[in-house]
Amino acid sequence: MRVTVRLFARLRDIAGSGELTREAPAGANVAAVWSSLVTDFPELSAYEKSISCAVNADYSRFTAAVSDGDEIAFLPPVSGG
Amino acid sequence: MIPFTLITAAPLDHAALVRELDATGIGAVAVFLGLVRDHNKGRKVLHLEYECYEALALRGLDLIVAEAREKWPPVRLAIHHRIGRMAIGEASVAIAAASPHRADAFAACRYAIERIKQIVPIWKHEYFEGGDVWIEGATADPDNAEAREEALRIACA
Repeated sequence: MRVTVRLFARLRDIAGSGELTREAPAGANVAAVWSSLVTDFPELSAYEKSISCAVNADYSRFTAAVSDGDEIAFLPPVSGG
Repeated sequence: MIPFTLITAAPLDHAALVRELDATGIGAVAVFLGLVRDHNKGRKVLHLEYECYEALALRGLDLIVAEAREKWPPVRLAIHHRIGRMAIGEASVAIAAASPHRADAFAACRYAIERIKQIVPIWKHEYFEGGDVWIEGATADPDNAEAREEALRIACA
């Protein structure tokens, strides 16, 4: 299946793009999508413990299953205000 | 009519925010403005650029309004956050809380800014004399009960 990955702030800088289309095996969860990104962009691994995620613009968990066409966002620590 | 929660690239108008809350007869309005500071951690800041994940950022702001309503039922809360490039002194966030009494208005206002910093997917890119850096604060997790307790504790201190 195919998912859209959204990256922001420093994560976007590391990957060189804020939006990527990725292939994921059936039954993959958010963590698997992240791991495949880290394989391609090893610098992302520094964020392993500090990121959170969203699926289809709603807060989610790394254990959540993903479906074909989902938008998966990885959020570095936020700094609004 | 302007929405109570908004992400916008336009300059913020806190007077319009207060008007929209329509506090006539209510008793108290507390307003908080977050401004771009000219220094940070010993660096001379030149300007900031804010980016966000807009769909989720709006959801986060709405969640904060719902949490505040649950904690302080009589309070009406409005939150506008600006994104894009901002000069020193410009407002990046405007919060207004209307309530029959000042204590709840102040508390809800403080709670909102603490929660924004905890959970809303907005990032500031600081341009300072000699370089630039992404500012990284909290891991955004609205279900983190400890963080929410901390925001409540600060708001009610």
